[in-house]
Amino acid sequence: MPGILVYVEQAGGVPRKASLEALGEGARLSKALGAPLSAVAIGPGASAAAAEAARRGASRVLFVDTPAAKAFLPASYGRAIAGAARALDATLVLLGASAQGKDLAPAVAARLGTSPVADATGSAVEGGKVLWTRPVYAGKALARVVNEGPVTVASLRPNAFEPGAPGGAAGAVEAFDPGIPESDLKVILKEVLAPAAKRVDLTEADVVVSGGRGLKGPEHFHLVEGLAAALGGVVGASRAVVDAGWRPHAEQVGQTGKTVSPKLYVALGISGAIQHLAGMSSSRCIVAVNKDGEAPIFKVADYGLVGDVFEIVPALTKAVLAAKGG
Amino acid sequence: MIVAVCIKRVPDSTTKVRVAADGKSIDPAGVEWVIGPYDEIALEAALRLKEGGKASRVCVLCLGPKEATKEVRTALAMGADEGVLLVDGGGDRDAASTAQALAAELKAQNADLVLFGWKAIDSDQAAVPHLVAAALDRPCVSFVTKLEAGTAAMMCHREVEGATEVVEVPLPCVLTAQKGLAEPRYASLKGIMASKKKPLVEKPAPAASAAVRTVRMDLPPARPPGKMVGKGVEAVPELVRLLRDEAKLL
Repeated sequence: MPGILVYVEQAGGVPRKASLEALGEGARLSKALGAPLSAVAIGPGASAAAAEAARRGASRVLFVDTPAAKAFLPASYGRAIAGAARALDATLVLLGASAQGKDLAPAVAARLGTSPVADATGSAVEGGKVLWTRPVYAGKALARVVNEGPVTVASLRPNAFEPGAPGGAAGAVEAFDPGIPESDLKVILKEVLAPAAKRVDLTEADVVVSGGRGLKGPEHFHLVEGLAAALGGVVGASRAVVDAGWRPHAEQVGQTGKTVSPKLYVALGISGAIQHLAGMSSSRCIVAVNKDGEAPIFKVADYGLVGDVFEIVPALTKAVLAAKGG
Repeated sequence: MIVAVCIKRVPDSTTKVRVAADGKSIDPAGVEWVIGPYDEIALEAALRLKEGGKASRVCVLCLGPKEATKEVRTALAMGADEGVLLVDGGGDRDAASTAQALAAELKAQNADLVLFGWKAIDSDQAAVPHLVAAALDRPCVSFVTKLEAGTAAMMCHREVEGATEVVEVPLPCVLTAQKGLAEPRYASLKGIMASKKKPLVEKPAPAASAAVRTVRMDLPPARPPGKMVGKGVEAVPELVRLLRDEAKLL
C-alpha cells in the first residue's frame, strides 16, 4: 500500500505548528485510507524534529542533515522531499502552507510530475480518493478539488487542521541522503535583515488584532499593539493603512495580503472592504469596533461594538488584562 | 538582458464572486478583468530594469482566453516591448499544464530573467512560477521586494515571515514579485497610443490537461448573524463577558 509522507518544517529541532497540523492530518488520512504514515525533516536539527514526528504517529521518519541541506532552498529541499517520497513509496505528500511550504509544494510537485493542491483547508475521503477543499478568490469561494493522477502533493493552510498528539509507539528514525547536487544550490543567502524576533507569523497566530484607517495615523497603532499583547496575539492591518505606509505589507490582511483564520480576529477601525473580508472571514470569532454602525465589517462580526476606537480600545485592553488576571 | 514577464487575467479584487451554472467556476457576468496585481508589480520591476539600462527588452507572456488581449495590450501600454498571448482553447487546465505551456514559450523566447507575480489572486495557488522554474531547470526566488541587476546575477530582497533575506541568484532565473517591489504605473496616453503599434502575437496554447481538477465550487458558509454588543465604552464589560463566557476565548 503506497503511503503518506509529511514534510516536517523545523528550526533547531522543533517542528513548527503548521507541520504538527500536517502530521495530525496525515494521521487521520492514514487511518481513512489505510496507508502508512511517514515523515521527513531536513536541515540542522532535523534528527530531533524527526524523533518528534515519530512520536506523533509516523511509523518511519527520515532526516536529512547533510552539508547541502544546511539552508532552505526550494530546489534542494524539493528534491529531498521528492526523494524521500520515492524511497518510502509515498504517493501523498503533505506540507504546512507556511512561506517555505508555499515554495515547496510546487517544487516537490514538479519533481514528482504532478500539480500541487495548494493551501487546502479541509479534506474528505470519498471512494478511496481525497476530496480537498481549498479557498479561491481569497476565500470568496471554496473549490473542491481531486487529484486524478498517481501522486498528490498538498499544502495545508495553517490553523485549518487539528495538530496530532504525541502518543503510541514511536516510529523508526533513519538518516537519509537525497544526493543534493551542486546545481540545486545556486541561490546564495547573503544576509538576513531585521532578523525575525521570536514572533508568531500572522497566518499561524491564534489571535490577530488588526487596525485600519480609523486609527487616523501610524502613531496610534500602539493601541492595536497593546490590545494584541493583552490578548496574546499579533498585529494585522488593512490594505488602506499599508498603502498609506503606516504599517509594513507583511501585516496586511486581505486578498492582496494574508489570509488568516485565527480563533479570534479583532478589527479596529476597519470598515470591511470586500477584499479585507476575504482575508479574515474564516476566523472562528470576529470582534469589530467601528464608529460607523453601518460598516460592512459588522455583517461578519460575531460581536460588534459601535464607538470611538480611541476610547474603546484602552478600556478593552484594560478589561481583557483584568479578566485574564482573574 | 531580456526580461519576460508572465501575467494572468484575473477578476479585480473588488469582485463579488458568484458561482456559475456549471457549479465549478465563477459566473463571469459583471466581472471586471485586470492584470493580476502581483503580476503588475512584476511588470513594473521589469520596466524599471529597462529604464535603468539593465534590460534590453521586456516581453509579456500571458496564457488565457482570447479576451486577455486586453490585458496584454495594457501591459504594452505600460511600456512592455512585445506581447505573446497563448490562447487557451478551454478545458480543465491545472497549474502543471499551465506551467508546461508557459515554459515551452519561454524556452523559445530565451529570456534571461523571468518574472511572475508571486500568486494569481483568483486560483491562489502560487504554483506556476516554481513549476516553470523546474521545467526550465532554473533557480527560483519568491516574494521579492527589492531587485538589483548585476551582470551575471540578480541581488534580491525577499520578505519571509517578518525577516528580509538578501539573496544572490545567478541568471538565468525565475523571480516572483511581492508587494513593495515596485508601485505599478498607470499607462499614459502616449503609452496607450504607442501600444497599438507594438507586436502582439496570438497563438494557440498547447492543449489543456489536468490531474488536479475542481469538481465543485461553493460560496463559503454564511457566518451566523452576529451580535451588536452595544455602543461606546459602556459596552466593553459586556464584550469581555461574551468573549470569556460565550466564546470561551479569555
